[in-house]
Order: sequence, then structure tokens, then C-alpha cells
Amino acid sequence: MKSAMLNRFIVAVYMVSFFTFLLGPLAVMVVSAFNTPAYPQVWPIEGLTLEWFQRLASDAEILEGLRTSVIIGIFVVLVSVPVGLAGAICMTQIFRSARSFYYFVVVAPVLTPGIVIGISTVVFWRDFSGLAGLRGLMYDGIVLTVLGQSSFISSYCMLIIMARLQRFESAQEEAALDLGASFPQAFRHILLPFLRPAILSAAVLAFLTSFENYNTTTFSILADKTLTTVLAGRVRLGSSPVISALATIIVVLTLVAALVYELFKRREDRRNARRKKTAMAAEDAELTPGSPRLVPESTNTTSLRSSPSPRNAIHVSSR
Amino acid sequence: MKGLSITFAATLIVVAIFLLLMMFERKKGERGMSFFERNGVLIGTYLILAVGFWTIVTIIMPMVFMVDLSFRPKLAPSQVGGPLDEYTLKNYRYFLFGSSTSAESWNTIHIRAFFVTIVASIILTLVNFAICYPIAYYMAQAATLKKLRIVLLLLIIPYWVNDILRAFAFRILLSENGFVNSVLDLMGLAGAPFDFLGANVGLYMALCYSHLLIMIFPLYNAIESQDHNQIEAARDLGAPWWHIHLFVVMPHAKPGIASGMTLCFMLTAGAVATPMVLGGPRSLWFTPIVYDRFYQLFDWPQGAAYAFILLLACIVFVLTVLKISGLKLGEITR
Repeated sequence: MKSAMLNRFIVAVYMVSFFTFLLGPLAVMVVSAFNTPAYPQVWPIEGLTLEWFQRLASDAEILEGLRTSVIIGIFVVLVSVPVGLAGAICMTQIFRSARSFYYFVVVAPVLTPGIVIGISTVVFWRDFSGLAGLRGLMYDGIVLTVLGQSSFISSYCMLIIMARLQRFESAQEEAALDLGASFPQAFRHILLPFLRPAILSAAVLAFLTSFENYNTTTFSILADKTLTTVLAGRVRLGSSPVISALATIIVVLTLVAALVYELFKRREDRRNARRKKTAMAAEDAELTPGSPRLVPESTNTTSLRSSPSPRNAIHVSSR
Repeated sequence: MKGLSITFAATLIVVAIFLLLMMFERKKGERGMSFFERNGVLIGTYLILAVGFWTIVTIIMPMVFMVDLSFRPKLAPSQVGGPLDEYTLKNYRYFLFGSSTSAESWNTIHIRAFFVTIVASIILTLVNFAICYPIAYYMAQAATLKKLRIVLLLLIIPYWVNDILRAFAFRILLSENGFVNSVLDLMGLAGAPFDFLGANVGLYMALCYSHLLIMIFPLYNAIESQDHNQIEAARDLGAPWWHIHLFVVMPHAKPGIASGMTLCFMLTAGAVATPMVLGGPRSLWFTPIVYDRFYQLFDWPQGAAYAFILLLACIVFVLTVLKISGLKLGEITR
């Protein structure tokens, strides 16, 4: 008994110190956003102010960077989700040796440091765009950044979509074809709806990853500026509570998104649990053991443990 | 344009290898239907174009071109393709010996930075593993569903705060008049403020901090798939706790451990923002040096050579992990 208590104590101490380490720096940053001194300071608190948020709202450089980041993010989603989808579909149609070769090529960007991707993109397009006579169009910070980021973000999208594709029963598609559907029809009405959740989470992940990417972007952005490159410039030169204010907004947004997701998830779980219950009741009433159709296909009571979502949300981002 | 033709040739070879592999398999008769029969002309064309664009134009060609460029001298645009544009080991020589004319002394600054980066990244990866394993195990096997949700929620919060802001937070914490120093001062523990940033404490802490979650989630996913009964059985058979972890949980979680470590190493060794913001002496970490080759000296061939050296280090690390763990690439990137 004694050792069990000791055990629990150790676990508690570990958890508290872990989360202090994880959340402490963020808390410090948030507090410094509301403190008056012009150097970001947590202690002593010399007075509360919203001045730094106001300055942030009128900071032209940061707003410009934000705009560029959003534009790049949208283009990255538009490029890498369809490409990742195509990559995942091709993966299912290739066999043995060609498959591992293909897999190696498309997964390599995930294991390549971001700066290597940024550098290779910028040096290649500098010369290639001249050759193709597209220098003005292609050798542009935003275009290069979209290309560079897409090369590895497409890999993430592919991995996410592939995870779902593995659970797809191709019999469904074949049945549709047998019933006279054309290929594009089967693709549009069977495969795409099945993949929709994975496609959506790939899109969200692609946007967020692109938005916060620095390592690749800093090389490929050339003369333009994204939010992260503006921030890096600022932080290198010195500290200002304006940056704390921005970080506070990001933390709050993440928190709200996480809470909304959590509430949504809970509601869904409750609904599934209820549906399962009524289905079981109906089954009992009918006394027909051979009608499993009434039971909903996915019973999400333990969805958190079995769903791939936390992993998908977390696949590398901070390159 | 010589570089480009070699790039095209190398790309053609890669594509040819792939097509040969496909043909070879077709002969073995895996499936009767051809690619276009299976997907229809429209979708088949889209698949080929999309994947072709991605693999060839954004992955293979830039990479081959970068490697090619790294073996070339720095030239003015008008001289490119001219008689001076020959292959040379100058850029790699520079990494080892500094100036290209003298072979007398080693280029200690760059070599040291490189090894510090690699060794520190390995150590930080192991530290990250040690910190993250318990919580991943707790989440996957010990926590109730309710607690798991709270832990997940807490973990997600710092995740989308980017590297630069994290580094900034550590600056606020650890700078000379920062939070930690004022707390120490308040408790009367420190006479003079301690220079954490100069001593690189901030750099290592922030690098460790940045990649905690990259480590936790692969571990969590791997441990979570283990049947809890196996652990119970081991316990009933009298195995001490460290036996259970070493011989039951870890072997099962091997793909997750390998994938967490690979990603963590790659991201730590390739980190740019954190060393720029928190690094003490200028050239301690390798990536800022690479950056300076590019945008301070505008010596792109040399920058490419340095980037290639970093890439080689990562490849060696991944291969070592694969070798030690006996896994395949597909198993760790799942």
C-alpha cells in the first residue's frame, strides 16, 4: 500500500513539473503582454495595460506579414491537399519494390531539415526559372515559399489521407463500377466522401503548418516577409511586449479552438452513446439477434483512444 | 546551364528506375488492369500530373540541383557556364580547412559548430525521450479517459505557438533582468544576475522545449496500441517496473520511439530560429552559419555544400536508428 502511495506521489510531482515546464514560459509571456514596462517584464507588475495590443493592431509590418502568411497558407492548402490525395491514391496502386522506392521519395521531405528544403528550392528555381523564361513569374518569394513548403506539407497530407485510405474497402468502388458508374463518378461519389474527414484535417494541418513555418520560409521568401520572418527579425533585434501581445492572442485562439473541439467531441460521444443505447434497446425489443444493421457502424464511446486525430494534429509542424 | 542538364539527366534516371520497377512488376502479373483502366483517363491523368509535379519538380530536381551546385565555385552570373564553371571540392574543403589556398589549419569554428550541433542534438533527443516517455505511458496506459482528455488539452495549447515565440518566451524568462533572475534576487539567492543566455542554458532549454510534443505523440500512439493485459501479466509474474518498461512496453513501442527520435533529432539539428534568438556566441549552432553563407556572403554554392553536410548527418542518423531498431523506413514514418 505504501509503495502505491509513493508511486502516486512521484507521478503527481512529475506531472506538475512537466506542465510547469510546458506552460510556464507561455504564462510568463502572457503576463508580460499586460505589464506596463517597455521591456517585456513579468515581475514586478508595474501596472496593467492594453497598450501593447493597440500597438500590435496598428503595426503595419506585422499586419503585412500576416497577410502574406495567410496568402501563402491558402495556396499551400490548394497545392498540397490535392497532391497529397493523389500521392495516397497512387500508393495503393503500386506494388512491392516500386512501392518502397516511391515511398522513400515522397516521405524523404518529412525527414529532411527545413533549411535544406528551403535552400534547394531557392537555388534550383533561381536557375530553372531563367531557363524556362519565367524568371519574373517564378522567381518570386511567395511562389518559391509555396513550392518549398508544399514539398513536405504534401507528404503530411499524404500520410494523413493514407491512414484513412487503408480502411477503405475497394469492394465498394468495384460495386459502383459494376452497377454502371463511370470512373469519375465512382471517385466523386464513393472515394471522396469516404476520405472527406481526412482531407479536411489535412487542409487544416497544411494551413497551420505553413503559417508557422520558419526554417524553409526564411530561405525561400526572398524580399517578401511573412509573419514568422517579421517576428524573427524583431526578436533578434530586441524584445518588445508587442510580441508578447501577439503570442497571447495565438495562445488564446489555440485554447478556444481546443475547447470548442473538445465540446464538439463530447457532444458527439454522448450522441453516439445514446444512439447505441437505443439501437440496443430496439434490438432487444425485436428479439432478432441477426440484425446488426441497427447498431451504428462507429460507436465512438472510446473514440479518443482509437481515433487518429491527436496524432494527425501533431505530426511535425515546426520545421 | 550545365547544372540544369545534369539535374534533368539525374531526374530522368530516377523516373526510369521507377518505371522499370513498375514494368517488372507488371510482368509478374500482379493485377490485370492497367493504371488508366483502373482510374479512368481523367483521374489517371490528374494522378500522374499531380504526383509527377510533386516528386519531380519540388522534391527530386531541387535536391539534385543543390548537390550539383555544392560542387561548383561561386561565380558572377555572366561566368556561369563559362570555362571557370567546373566541378570543384572547394566548398567542402572550406568546411574542413577554411581558406581554399591554405591547408595548414582546420576550420575549427565551423567543424566545432557542426559537431556541437550533432552531439547536442543527440543528447537533447535522448533527454526529450526521457522526459516524454513517462507522460506518454501515463496517457496511453494509466490515465482514465477523463484525465487523458485534460492532459491532451493542456498539451495542445503550446503546440501552435511557433518556435520564434517560444524562443522569445525563454528570453523573457532567462535574460539578465528576466523572470528567473528576479525570482532568484527576490529570494536573496543570487548576488549578481546570472547570464543564462550567454551560457547557452536558454538555447538548450528552448530546443528541448520545442520538440517535446514531437516526441510525445508518436510514443503515445505506439504505447497506446499495446494490450494492457500484457503489462498486467508481466506484473503478476513478478517483473519489477523497470523490467516491464524495458522488456514489455519499449519493444512494443519501438516504431514510435524510433519515429519520435528521428523527427526530434532532425528538427533539433535543423532548428534555425531558436539558435538565432537564444544562441550565445554567434556560431555555436550550425544552421546560422549556413544562413550566413547565403544571405551575408551570398556564396550560394558554399551554402548548398553546408546544407548537404547537414542533410548527410540527418541521413546517417536515420540509418543508424533504422539499423539499431531493426525497423523499416515505412514503419517509423507511419
